Amino acid sequence: METITHGKQYMQVVFNQTLEQNEKIFVPYIMGGDGGIESLIPTLQQLDQAGATAIEIGIPFSDPVADGPTIQEAGKRARETGVTLQQILDKLAEERQSIKAPIIVMTYLNPIFQFGVDRFMEVAQSAGIDGLIIPDLPLEHESFIRQAKEKYGLALIQLVSLTSSKERIKQIAQASEGFLYAVTVNGITGARQTFADDLATHFELLQTYSDVPVLAGFGISTPDHVQSMTEVADGVVVGSQIIQSLKANDFDHIHALINAKDNQ
Amino acid sequence: MEQTQQSNGMYGPYGGRFIPETLMGAVQELEASYEEAIQDEAFQARLQQLLKQYVGRENPLYFAANLTEEIGGARIYLKREDLNHTGAHKINNTIGQALLTERMGKRKVVAETGAGQHGVATATVCALLNLDCVIFMGAEDMKRQKLNVFRMELLGAKVEAVEQGSATLKDAVNEALRYWVSNVDDTHYIMGSVLGPHPFPKMVRDFQSVIGRETKQQHLDAEGQLPDAVVACVGGGSNAMGMFYPFIDDHVALYGIEAAGEGVETDHHAATLTKGSPGILHGAMMYLLQDEAGQILEASSISAGLDYPGVGPEHSYLKDTDRVHYLAVTDDDALEAFQLLSRTEGIIPALESSHAVAEAVKIAKTMSPDESLVICLSGRGDKDVEAVQEHLQS
Repeated sequence: METITHGKQYMQVVFNQTLEQNEKIFVPYIMGGDGGIESLIPTLQQLDQAGATAIEIGIPFSDPVADGPTIQEAGKRARETGVTLQQILDKLAEERQSIKAPIIVMTYLNPIFQFGVDRFMEVAQSAGIDGLIIPDLPLEHESFIRQAKEKYGLALIQLVSLTSSKERIKQIAQASEGFLYAVTVNGITGARQTFADDLATHFELLQTYSDVPVLAGFGISTPDHVQSMTEVADGVVVGSQIIQSLKANDFDHIHALINAKDNQ
Repeated sequence: MEQTQQSNGMYGPYGGRFIPETLMGAVQELEASYEEAIQDEAFQARLQQLLKQYVGRENPLYFAANLTEEIGGARIYLKREDLNHTGAHKINNTIGQALLTERMGKRKVVAETGAGQHGVATATVCALLNLDCVIFMGAEDMKRQKLNVFRMELLGAKVEAVEQGSATLKDAVNEALRYWVSNVDDTHYIMGSVLGPHPFPKMVRDFQSVIGRETKQQHLDAEGQLPDAVVACVGGGSNAMGMFYPFIDDHVALYGIEAAGEGVETDHHAATLTKGSPGILHGAMMYLLQDEAGQILEASSISAGLDYPGVGPEHSYLKDTDRVHYLAVTDDDALEAFQLLSRTEGIIPALESSHAVAEAVKIAKTMSPDESLVICLSGRGDKDVEAVQEHLQS
């Protein structure tokens, strides 16, 4: 089997291919270890085969301040099984080649800091991780991990919010690697009914400044949401709804969400 | 005065602004508004007037003759923050931040509370300035501090029970932060201690520094010199930081007293500086109680106000530089000090402050009668009498 060098470049290649085929990007989020560590690889394989462009794995944390009840509960279930960051990375290292989609780790900063920033990047890279999302590491503190991240070639995906000033939007968009994560609500993760009316203008601005794909995330939970968001963005990240569907064994809903991305 | 703080809100490696991007705008706005307000004479005049007429400052630096005699060492003074309106030091900070809320054109406030003292102090100033007020409080703490819950409601605040995690202060901060992210356009977060992202640790310290400034002048007036030692309890660390900061460059021994709970050798304590290690939580790098994987541990103390697994970034720095001595006092020793001060001086201290009293009498014993020691009596113990009664009878 052909060996792939994982990291920022792999994610770029996959995203570019997707967009060149006039398809949108769909990134489901799962909580690492929810359902037990043994379910991690089978879940990733299922999502990969279902058409996920990339997959985001959340690392359970005791104090997830950016997350709503669904992801908090999933993290709590995962922690109760005793799963650790090390176990998740070990499991991936064993079976990474069975999953084609780029893998993104979403973690709060403290677990990386305690693991050792440099050691984390090294282990993550060798486990086949392509990118990182760290919701409590704003642009100001990027230097905290910059050197190690560059050394091992991982993409640091930046989040941009509706409250970010135009000047910040520009800085964040230009710094972001892999994709630009556009938070679509003022709030935490979790299902929503509606979104602000002026999102289209916001995304136009993001696209102007960003050299990487712009993905919408937070609150996206129905095929209708996916469809309307992919009209203005290059793709979507869906978290809480994926976790609920996986928990309910409702893979049909996950297929419906993924299929909605190319329905414009 | 020695500047421990650089312009980016770092105290050595501690502090910073480790927050979701959605909050960055609000935190930057707060910093700008704060820096502008402290230069503004009208703002300062309003703050001083409220501190005087509403809070009741300045409060006394009281010479505790009976306690001094009972202990037989240094002359012991009590800085009477317990005499402030609402019964603790917390209102020094909430008055300042409520005025800032107005200044930023916001009419809504969110806050967390542990013992309920900060919640009451926030609800009080919100009643005064007619601001909407939501307080997040751990469900466990609500049980421990029923009267304070009723007080907050009486003052017009909405108290939201937090059931997550250990259902105490740490979890209340998580929920208050989540609420703030979701309501950031029109809401200010009144952080209750020297915690959180910059500028909160600096701003809260500055508002609380009135404690140390008054103490310094009052002690000079009484003794003709500065005290030899100053002792304050440390949970997040706001009364201690406010007391210590004006003394940082002076030749005065400073002692910060943490809660040792059932003992620092057990898993049931809140002695973050004594037993913890650096990490990132609630927007700042600071000492934390955590496991090897960086998961935050649950703190434990008889005193709800000290029951927090982190400690302010400036305290973290002052520990590393050895400028402040940080020690820990057990639940049992705090309970004994609670009774000692009640019996000798007719002053019932808050359980939080009782930790400072317990260590201070040990320190005073080793000092000579020519020397003096100040205890920051950060709050009164009325809120704790029921819990103390239960402990003493069990």
